[in-house]
Order: sequence, then structure tokens, then C-alpha cells
Amino acid sequence: MSAGAPAPAAGLGHALDLSSTQPIPFARLVRVELRKSYDTRAGFWLLLSIGLLVLAAEVIALAVTTVQDEAMQFGDFVGTAAFLTSFLLPVLGIMVLTSEWSQRTAMVTFALDPRRPLVIAAKALVGVILTLATVAVSIAIGAVCNLLYGAIEGHTDWTFGFPDFVAFTITQVLAMLGGFALAALFLNTAAAIVVYFVYKWVLPGLFAVGAGLIGWFSDLRPWIDFQVAQEAIWDWSGSGRDWAQLVISGFVWLGVPLVWGIWRVLRAEVK
Amino acid sequence: MITVEGLTRKYGSFTAVDDVSFVCQPGRVTGFLGPNGAGKTTTMRVMVGLTPPTAGRVTIGGHLYNDIPNPGRHVGVLLDASAQHAGRTGREILELGARTMGLPSTRIDEMLELVSLTPAESKRRLRNYSLGMKQRLGIAHALLGDPSVLILDEPANGLDPAGIRWMRGLLKGYAERGGTVLLSSHLLNEVELIADEMILIGHGRIVAQGDKKTLLAGATHTAATLVTALDNEALAAALSARGLTVAPAGEGLRVDAEPVEVGRTAAENSIVLVDLRAAEGALEDLFLELTSDTQREEVA
Amino acid sequence: MTTIPASGLGHTLDLTSTTPTPFGRLVRVELRKTWDTLAGFWLLLSTAALTALVMVIQLAVGITQDDVELTYNSFLTSTNFSIAVLLPIIGIMLLTSEWSQRTAMVTFSLEPRRPLVIAAKLVVGLSLAVTAVVIALLLATLCNALYGALSDDPTVWNASVSHTSAFVLLQVIGMLTGFAFATLFLNTPAAIVLYMVYSFVLPGLFELGAQLMDWFDKIRPWIDFNFAQGPLVDATMTGKDWAYFAVSGFIWLAVPLTFGLWRVLRAEVK
Repeated sequence: MSAGAPAPAAGLGHALDLSSTQPIPFARLVRVELRKSYDTRAGFWLLLSIGLLVLAAEVIALAVTTVQDEAMQFGDFVGTAAFLTSFLLPVLGIMVLTSEWSQRTAMVTFALDPRRPLVIAAKALVGVILTLATVAVSIAIGAVCNLLYGAIEGHTDWTFGFPDFVAFTITQVLAMLGGFALAALFLNTAAAIVVYFVYKWVLPGLFAVGAGLIGWFSDLRPWIDFQVAQEAIWDWSGSGRDWAQLVISGFVWLGVPLVWGIWRVLRAEVK
Repeated sequence: MITVEGLTRKYGSFTAVDDVSFVCQPGRVTGFLGPNGAGKTTTMRVMVGLTPPTAGRVTIGGHLYNDIPNPGRHVGVLLDASAQHAGRTGREILELGARTMGLPSTRIDEMLELVSLTPAESKRRLRNYSLGMKQRLGIAHALLGDPSVLILDEPANGLDPAGIRWMRGLLKGYAERGGTVLLSSHLLNEVELIADEMILIGHGRIVAQGDKKTLLAGATHTAATLVTALDNEALAAALSARGLTVAPAGEGLRVDAEPVEVGRTAAENSIVLVDLRAAEGALEDLFLELTSDTQREEVA
Repeated sequence: MTTIPASGLGHTLDLTSTTPTPFGRLVRVELRKTWDTLAGFWLLLSTAALTALVMVIQLAVGITQDDVELTYNSFLTSTNFSIAVLLPIIGIMLLTSEWSQRTAMVTFSLEPRRPLVIAAKLVVGLSLAVTAVVIALLLATLCNALYGALSDDPTVWNASVSHTSAFVLLQVIGMLTGFAFATLFLNTPAAIVLYMVYSFVLPGLFELGAQLMDWFDKIRPWIDFNFAQGPLVDATMTGKDWAYFAVSGFIWLAVPLTFGLWRVLRAEVK
């Protein structure tokens, strides 16, 4: 310290007075993170292409089924959209998290709020909100398509019960969270996407082959194959064993990477 | 006030910061000076909780950074102006910061005006910003929450001369109003003009600290003078006759003596002087000397 | 300048003794770029590791289960789960990493003849594909030999020139498709997602469409590149299959590659 420095007035400027500063409310964090998901071109196009894909899928389904006079239900339209969004929602879950790392904005984000678990939680919640929005859009477009189908074909079938709706919502959220968990583990967009697609398409094939060939693996498989276990959600009437398998396999594919990844984010030096 | 106590950060066997302690006083601009890779950035990253220290700690106004609620309202941070999403517009980047801190949008316009970014420029994406524009945006982001402490890593990097002068005025005024400013640089001239207090770091260790006078007083430093005469040869001969060391420098001479002695010699020999001044760069010599074993280049 | 330069000297660049960068050197540099970063290194390593892992699992199953009979070709086919998935990703990242890391600026200022740089990257991609094939063949040979030694089943060496060349062709196509998607998007996540959708989602949609609509069933072979590659896997290509292959390949490989390259060559590099 320099000898020439004037002695500062006691108590003034030395200590920060924090008494009037409120911690950043969680809701505000969520709003900011939500904004980040669409304010870049990459994010905007991802969201827009999810929407357009839903629209295209249901319109094509409508066109094909009316031309071919196939029987369609409300649930079939929504299911078509769900099939497609289940590919892109995980990518959304991944990019919500990894874009902070690839663009190095994590430095700024964590400097503005060092409570990293809250920031990560806000991001996960944004993923859930966007998934719910996708579900709402799918159902709305599905309803319009079903109405048009009725107008053209002369009969409508509104079979899409509450259990279906709940199952649809839950599986979509789980798909998004699956991407989010891998993103937390790798903190790298490309790696997380590749591994997610391997998990989604390559692994079921390997599981099926393994289960078909090896007796003990066939017994083990339901406990570690999360994608098969999710069928319990659709059936709704699953046994306690089915639900147990869902929980265990979910723990393996969601819980472990998420916990490990978040532990890493909390300790990581942010560069 | 920033207090660094016994801070050490190791990466494996490499020690980036080695037992560093110093204090940045409110109302003063503290310059953090050292060659590339001396540990300035690591120290600043530990300050704002982005890098966990191996030993020691840093408090800002008596608190650990991570314990400050809504820290953007108390501490303004600029570590790397390029560490922003290249696809966002400058305005959007400030918008996100303002929303996180809970500030009204009017604050964004104030800040843009303060750092002289035009509305048109603020609507361009960061990808299309020059380094200087990114730096201005980064300073705007740091000042957004009207903090009482500023931590800026190489803020003058990429600014044009007018920009550097502007920043100097901005930070001086900020300190005069009671703010604490810590800024790092590897350019001595830059810090010399702006900082009230200087911390010299090399190889992760503090090699000297104090204000300019204190630093120079502590150094073994010989006076030097730059002089130009109508007849340089005659002056050189006269000075040599007095036993002074003379060397040609540019259009004139460099003499290892106080200017007054050179002037007296010229007057006694009736030599007309065109230019006479004390050689600057005493601080630079000191800086190079103190950090000589940490410099990448041999100092001649 | 303090001295007057001799006339004609120093005013113009003397280029007579500078030769253009040889293509071979560009290829060597581009090859080095594929593994000198952490991401690239892990991608190559995990491709090799996954290939070995899948084969070893297959070998273990074959040895322990009596009702499973493996041949040389079945070991080779298992690379559908490893090389076939990751080689296109290598093709994508060969190109997009220059853009995402902004190194294209440096690369194109050192060698402004962009077509040559892109060609060098393609050559690197092709040599990596060939290397992957060689590794796969070696591993399959090794696994099949071990299988013969350790299980009661007879060792079947059903390798043939047509099978092997079809295998090479398939891997090269996979790499090229990834490369083509990369030139189109110049963005890693977008290219990977689209490639994954193309190779996993699209075949299902084509199948669905073909079952629902007769006219679609007829044009499908001409537009479904994955479908057209089917006979190639079994090495049972007929004249008509080659026609399907050429037309659908034109749609999915040549068109995006041409459009993408045109874009890369004209783009302002940021």
C-alpha cells in the first residue's frame, strides 16, 4: 500500500452494504434464461423448426389419411407430432445448457449470479416450459387437423383421453431431460447430440440383440432400458414392477448423468 | 475495497498465482501490471468466483464474491469482452444483463450512450463488432448495475487513442466519486497515466507495489536526458569533456545526467539547444528490471 | 525509408522463387488438424474404441451362447453400430470445426485457393474412412480367429472382394454424406441433427409413406438413399439397384455437396 494514500473515512466505502440488495429472484433467472433460448439465430431456428415440423407432420398426416380414406383419431394426429418432436426436444434440452459453454457466456452468467445450482435449475425449467409449449402447439394443431379431417371425411373421433395427454406430456419432458442430462455431462453440443442419438437409435438395437441372445441380459434389460420402460407411462395400468423398472432405468439414464454433470458444473473452472 | 490475502492457484505442478496479497482502496484506481501470462487474469477470475483458489481468499467489501446477492449491482466485471454469444446483438447482451440484475431498459440506453455505441451499432450482432466495440460494450455491461467496485481485465485492449483517453476520464471520475477500480494491463504507459496505485506482478508473484513516486524512489535509477542542439557534435564533445556519457539518440543525444546539467553545459559553451527534456521511461526500466527474469524476451 | 531503393527492387514482390503450397502439404496439415485438438482426438479414439467394444461384445456372446453362429462377415456388419454412426460425424467436424472455431480465417489467408483447401479436407476424410475400414477389417479378422479358437462352431471366412469393396464404398458414402451436410450448414449441431434425422428418422417415414401410398412406394427407391444402399450391404447389386443408387445418391450427396461447396467458396469468412 502506498504511504501517500489518504486514509479513507472509517466505515465508508470499505465494506459493501448488502442490506438493501435482494438476491436475484428465481423467477427472474427463469425469464432471462427463457429469453436466451430464442434471442440467437440458432435458438430461434431450432424453436421455429420444431413448430414447423409439428405443423408439417400433422398436415401431411391429414393429407395422406384423407386421400387414402384411412381412419384417424385425434390422438393419432398428436402422436405423429410427438414422434417428430421427440427427436428435436432433446436437442433443445442440450442447447439450452451447452450454448453457454460453446459461446463462453457462462463466464458472464456466473459472474452475475454465482449461485450456479439456481442457474442450472432455471435452465432445466426453461427446457420444461418449452417442452410444454411444444405439447400445447402439437395438441392445438392436432385439434385443427382433426376438425378438418371431420369436415372432409364426415366423421371425427376425438379419442385422446386424459391418460394419453398426461403420458404424452411426461414422455416429452423426459426426452428433453435426457438431452439436458447428457449436456450437463459433456458440456459440449456436438458430443452430447451424438451420444444422445446413439442412445436413442443404436442402443435399443444392441439391447434387443443382447436380450435375444443372452438369457441373463434378457432379464436385466427391462431394468436398464429406459426407452422400453417408458411404455409403462402410456399403458398407465402398469404393475408395480413396471413402475419400478421405469424408476431404476430412469435413474441410470437421467439421474446419474444429471447428478454427475451438475457436480461437474458446480466445481468447474469457468473459462 | 478489494482485499486479496495469500492467494495461490496451482494447475498441477504449474503455479499461476503464488501467495499474492494486496488491497485496492476505494476512491483510487489500482493498476495491475505484468507481462503476458504473469497471473493477472487468474487473480481476477478468482476474485469473481469463476476459478476456485488453491489457497488464500479474496474479499470484496468484506464479502466473498459468491456471498454477494445480485453481485452485478455491487461489482462490475469485465474479464473478456469476446466471451459473449456471437449471434446476439450488443443491445440484447445488455438487455440480458439488465434483466438479470432487475434494471429498467432505460439503463441500457444510458450505458450505450456512455460508451458511445450508436443505436445502429447496438443492433448489430457481436460477430460483426471490432475489438474496440466489443471492449466498449464490455465496459457498458460492467457499469450496468451502477456498481461501487470495478474489476476490468485489459479494458484498453483494442481501443483507439480517443477511446483510451475516454476510458481514462471515465475511470478517474468513477474513482473520484468513491468507487474502487482495479484494472489490469501489460502496457505500462497506459497504467502509468491512469492508476493512482500500481501492483507489479511477474511469474505469479508480486514484485513491487505502490504509487509511481514510491516505486521510482525504491528503484536504483539514474537520470537521463534527451537533448537536441543545432550542433550536436559540439555539444557531445562538451558533455564528454565533463565526463558525462553521451550516446546518439534519434536526431539528438541521450545523456546520463539531469537536464539542468546538460543545459548548463550548453549555456557555458554557447550552443543553441532545440530540445531539452528528461528521458521518460524510468518506470519502464524499473518494470523491465523487476520482471526481467519473467520476461519472454531478453531485455537488452 | 532512408535510402533510395535500387530501381525495380523492393517495389514489386519478387515471386519467382516462391512455389505455391503443394497439395500434399495441405493434406498433411489438414490431417494433423483432425487429431491435434481434444475434441478431434476423442472423436477418433472413441470411433476406434466403439468398434472394438462392439466386436468384443459380439465375440463374447458368440462364445458363451451355443445357438449363436458367427462368421467373418457378421463381425464386419457389427460396425453398423460404430463406424457407420461416427464416420459421418468425423466428416461433419472436418469442415464445421473451422467455422465454429473461426480458424477458417487463418486457413484461407494462408491458402486463398479455397477449392484446394476443401479438396484437402475431402482427401483427409477419405483417408480416415479407409483407415477406419482397415481397422475394422483387422479387428474382424482377429475376432473371427479368436472365435474359431474359443468356440465349438466352425470358423467361417466368408470374405470376398465384392463384400469388402461394398463395405469400403458404404463407409466412404457415410463420410461424404456427413461432409455434404456440413458444407450446407457450416454449423456442427445443425449438421449433426440433420444427418441423424436423415439416417434414422427419414427411413421410417419413407417406409410409412410407401405402405400408405402406392405411388410413393414406386418412387421411393429413386429418392431413398438409405434404401438404395441396402443391396450394397449384401453385395447383391443389380443394374436397377445401381440406377436407384445413382439417382438417390445424386439427390442426397451431389446436390447438397455442390450447393454447399458453392457457398463455402463464396462466403465471407468471419
